[in-house]
Amino acid sequence: MILDSVKEILSARFGDGVIIGEETSGLQPALLINPEQIADVCLELRDNPATYFDFLSCLSGIDYGVTSNRFGVVYHLASIPYQTQLTLKVNKEHTRDINDLPSFPTLSNVYRTADWHEREAYDLVGIYFEGHPDLRRILLPDDWEGYPLRKDYKAAEYYKGIKVD
Amino acid sequence: MTPLERYHRKIAEAATQDMILNMGPQHPSTHGVLRLELITDGEIVKEVIPHAGYLHRCFDKHAENLTYQQTIPFTDRLDYLSSMNNSHIWVMGVERMLGIDKDIPKRVEYIRVLVCELNRIASHLISIGTYGIDIGAFTPFLWCFRDREHIMGMLEWASGSRMLYNYIWIGGLFFDLPVGFEERCREFVEYFKPKMTELNELLTNNQIFISRTANVGVLPLDVAINYGCSGPMLRGSGLKWDLRRIDNYSVYGELDFEVPIGTGAMGTTGDCWDRNKVRVDEIGESLKIIEQCLDRLQKELKRTPEFDPRAKLPRRLAPKAQDYYMRGECSKGELGFYFITDPTGKSEIPFRVKARGPSFNNLSVISEISKGVMIADLIAIVGSIDFVLGELDR
Repeated sequence: MILDSVKEILSARFGDGVIIGEETSGLQPALLINPEQIADVCLELRDNPATYFDFLSCLSGIDYGVTSNRFGVVYHLASIPYQTQLTLKVNKEHTRDINDLPSFPTLSNVYRTADWHEREAYDLVGIYFEGHPDLRRILLPDDWEGYPLRKDYKAAEYYKGIKVD
Repeated sequence: MTPLERYHRKIAEAATQDMILNMGPQHPSTHGVLRLELITDGEIVKEVIPHAGYLHRCFDKHAENLTYQQTIPFTDRLDYLSSMNNSHIWVMGVERMLGIDKDIPKRVEYIRVLVCELNRIASHLISIGTYGIDIGAFTPFLWCFRDREHIMGMLEWASGSRMLYNYIWIGGLFFDLPVGFEERCREFVEYFKPKMTELNELLTNNQIFISRTANVGVLPLDVAINYGCSGPMLRGSGLKWDLRRIDNYSVYGELDFEVPIGTGAMGTTGDCWDRNKVRVDEIGESLKIIEQCLDRLQKELKRTPEFDPRAKLPRRLAPKAQDYYMRGECSKGELGFYFITDPTGKSEIPFRVKARGPSFNNLSVISEISKGVMIADLIAIVGSIDFVLGELDR
């Protein structure tokens, strides 16, 4: 099973603190990673000959709802040589303060795919990625206020003086 | 300094010695409303800064407010040139979460693959035709649209709509194929095969076309993988990576087809000509798949009066609490949907959906591969990426 070997590799390399938990109930098991170490973990998984997770399929920023006040990022990795898939998750609690965004390390220096996906997560969910080279909004206009995919987002009544219905 | 200020300063400083040129958002060769900001030194492109988002329609937000079944028409509008493929992947993801993906009747699966491959051909025809027009060949465009019209007509006959079908439903299909569809489809395949030969003579192997595209916009394989390119972009760089073969989803495992890759026949592996050639070859493979589907649909999976494509539609569409990433091979590459279902497991509305469009990642590589090219070559590169803005901006 791919998950066990990944766990072994990671705890041998980074110690036991790196994997905080795992979710095995669903169809795709996932590993919860310590948010501070996610970039190192991905670099290791990408370059280790036993795993070679060289393709970042998807990166999604998630707001886990108003009650839990949790923000997270989900990474879907794929290995082209081994034809395997792996899901990694990071999350942390946050106060939802719009001026102080929840922040995770960037993955864009490991996978360039992450560059635009992180910009999208910043744009729509309001997650800051430390060390990202160019963290501007990508889908919405630069002067947009708020982060629409947050669960507490309220659509603005006016946009540049025009009433929004 | 915020990244936005940094960007403004960069443009302001570049404007004192180089020229800032805006390509798009209304330029026809950007295939939709994409704006490429070029920093140019004479005819040489020093840097490309893409600006996406002009066609953003909040797909993720819509999906969070509608049931799984109601979102299918929205998936059609992601990559509106291959709507069948989009809804097929969405539907398969939901079916797997519900655990009914093994109960789908074989005839339904074969019809799904049949219409998906027809749609893939239509999408590739647009890609090849408009690529020709981008770099100055007008006739192939008309030929491609003439042949695509047959496919549009057939799919309209099956689903009632020309481009945005809402045909593939969770657990089944909207309708069975109309009587006579298989025969008409076979007629089309026979008609279309020689047309592809003609198209190749006119465009693909045309010396002017080769001069414009060979050795232009070379995308090395490691760069392609690192940028998350998929589909003909990745295969053009020489890697056999087709999710229809890797994941063997639906009934692709039972079908016999090859995965064409770029070989650098006219120049370097991974140049614009290779990417276009991969699409041309894929049309041939799709025709092979269509013929095999028709064989099955006309023999062992024949239409019977009592066959109901809606018989397996689930009464309640509420998957238990989980998250699932479904990926599949759209005509542009890997289309993925990441679902997080409702945490109570009772709602028919997903908690969060993220669509991973292939065009989004395929386009992100453009600033890497077009440093130092001529402006005219940039048009060739943009055309060879074959993105659809509906999916890029979602």
